[in-house]
Amino acid sequence: MNKRIQHFISTPPPCLTTVGISAALAAFLFAAPALSAGELDLPRERVALVAPPFVHPHEQATKQGPKVIQFRMAVEEKRVVIDDEGTTLQAMTFNGTIPGPMMVVHEGDYVELTLVNPSTNNLVHNIDFHAATGALGGGSLTLVNPGEQVVLRFKATRTGVFIYHCAPGGGMIPWHVVSGMSGAIMVLPRGGLADRAGNPLHYDRVYYIGENDFYVPRDEQGKFKSYGSAGEAYADTVEVMRKLIPTHVVFNGKVGALTGKNALTAKVGETVLIVHSEANRDSRPHLIGGHGDYVWETGKFSNPPETDLETWFIRGGSAGAALYTFRQPGIYAYLTHNLIEAVELGATAHFKVEGAWNDDLMTQVKPPEPIPSDTRDTLQPSANGVIGHY
Amino acid sequence: MRHALKIKPNHVTVLAAVLVASATAPGAGRDGTAVTAPAMISLQPHPFYYRPAGEFTHDGKPVNAPARLLRPAKVLTIMAHQVTGADYQRCVLDHACTATSSGAEDRPAIKINWHDANAYAAWLSRRLGATYRLPTDEEWAFAAGSRFRDDALPDGAIDLAQRWLQRYEVEADRDEVIDNEPHAIGSYGANEYGVLDLAGNVWEWTNTCFVHQTLNATRPTSILNCGIRVVEGRHRAYMTDFIRDPSGGGCAVGKPPSNLGFRLVRENGLWDWLQSIIAPELSVIRTEGDSS
Repeated sequence: MNKRIQHFISTPPPCLTTVGISAALAAFLFAAPALSAGELDLPRERVALVAPPFVHPHEQATKQGPKVIQFRMAVEEKRVVIDDEGTTLQAMTFNGTIPGPMMVVHEGDYVELTLVNPSTNNLVHNIDFHAATGALGGGSLTLVNPGEQVVLRFKATRTGVFIYHCAPGGGMIPWHVVSGMSGAIMVLPRGGLADRAGNPLHYDRVYYIGENDFYVPRDEQGKFKSYGSAGEAYADTVEVMRKLIPTHVVFNGKVGALTGKNALTAKVGETVLIVHSEANRDSRPHLIGGHGDYVWETGKFSNPPETDLETWFIRGGSAGAALYTFRQPGIYAYLTHNLIEAVELGATAHFKVEGAWNDDLMTQVKPPEPIPSDTRDTLQPSANGVIGHY
Repeated sequence: MRHALKIKPNHVTVLAAVLVASATAPGAGRDGTAVTAPAMISLQPHPFYYRPAGEFTHDGKPVNAPARLLRPAKVLTIMAHQVTGADYQRCVLDHACTATSSGAEDRPAIKINWHDANAYAAWLSRRLGATYRLPTDEEWAFAAGSRFRDDALPDGAIDLAQRWLQRYEVEADRDEVIDNEPHAIGSYGANEYGVLDLAGNVWEWTNTCFVHQTLNATRPTSILNCGIRVVEGRHRAYMTDFIRDPSGGGCAVGKPPSNLGFRLVRENGLWDWLQSIIAPELSVIRTEGDSS
């Protein structure tokens, strides 16, 4: 207890005085009657998390019974570059990535997370799992000062994709979230995904696309500002946040992060599950050239999926999932269909899809060619068809 | 992946860089200052391979433009370096050019659209009593020499989707980190003709319009779209003429042109033909002006 007070005095984060004491008290109150960790008579499995947009290997339908799945995440405060102009952000991350990694468990499993806040960080952090029940999603039980770690266990009682995010209290909550500190967890039904009639749905690949809105201050010349630490950026950033207009809306933490050499890949005939989270702001994903064959727009698998969607809606503060089987090769853009955000602010990813073209689904009956002129048309093409002049 | 598509002349010697301040008669502008003639380099014509700009299709399928051997007949006189912020500012002060945020004085003028470049050329021509204009794409390619980058895709894949994927890979390779800040004149060095800063981080407007040509044997057609002009730099690009600030996003991939600027050529009338006879063995027959 003395050590805790020592940390308390030496690194006084802004909100701890209001939240920290009550968290310690809360932990004390809850500790007494509850089961202590390890008393569950269930098999344990340690899972290594993988950086987005990829997801750690997992079963979809499973014959195994409930387990305690152990994960570990370390918070990393770091300066990141968020666009091609070199704009920097003093970011806060789970495991060093924006978004944090996606976890996958099954209904009835217990998620046991070790959350580490290394002493190299400056701020208090915690985690709120939207999939969990009680204690502000686990937020009250996981506040850790730099130099501390905590272990939280919750039962995955509801199936679906859910976000998790940092929420250390008061004004820190939105600031940490728009500094990059969110991720997702998927709780699968034990029988895997199914359509409205209960027929099993299987995906060959899964991608996790975390969307983030950033609010970067500008100087008098209109150029984005750079700061030495998150604390130095705080006041200016809150001013921008309060106007509710992001300067950047990005997938996987940076403009263009899922394009070019990092474009997502698939093959014609493959079924892909795209999990999309936005911890703060609404988004409307659209796959240009494709559809959502089965979409759990609100992200919860107890609801039958919608089918054949052109565009779906991810409510800020949630995750959704869309299943699609690619039918044509080529390039697809996956973006938010506020096209200003997609093109000007960065919210676009690309798919490269190989395979054979299906002429029945689409064909160019006649390629672009000069409009045929009739006898009344004064713009006669010359002998070789050239219209216009240099 | 550059391909030098031209035949190198026997003598590729460049005249010693004797910088002679040209004494073209400047007239005083509205701000009272004189306009000095820009530094120019005159290049001897020689045959060179050139792949035209635009979209080329065969029976609806995209193909590479055929590379042709061009035989220019007259000397090409081109600016040694891009028009600078200071140069452009003189036109603005003369009320002949739109004030755009065109960069620092000693750096290339940027955030320039095709209309701005033409307005500048018209103003400079009036002030100096000579004909200055944007180069055509062929002229730019000729002056760029070894710095010209061929934009052909590997042959073979004529399936539309395969072509899209191929083009995507080529463009994705353009993700090398180029800083977008324009640098001082000369920072990107000279090519074999002494022309400075080609294929740096400023893309240059040409007057060449976008063209869609179909190469069908039965009925080849050609449609010009002069609302889109060819811009040249590290790679060839097509830019709508009113754009000052190119940006990517959406389905575009790789880095778009960092900045839009320009340089001009000067037409010298009959002199261009006469010069080509005087010293045919030299590739650069004259430099003039103060290219500091």
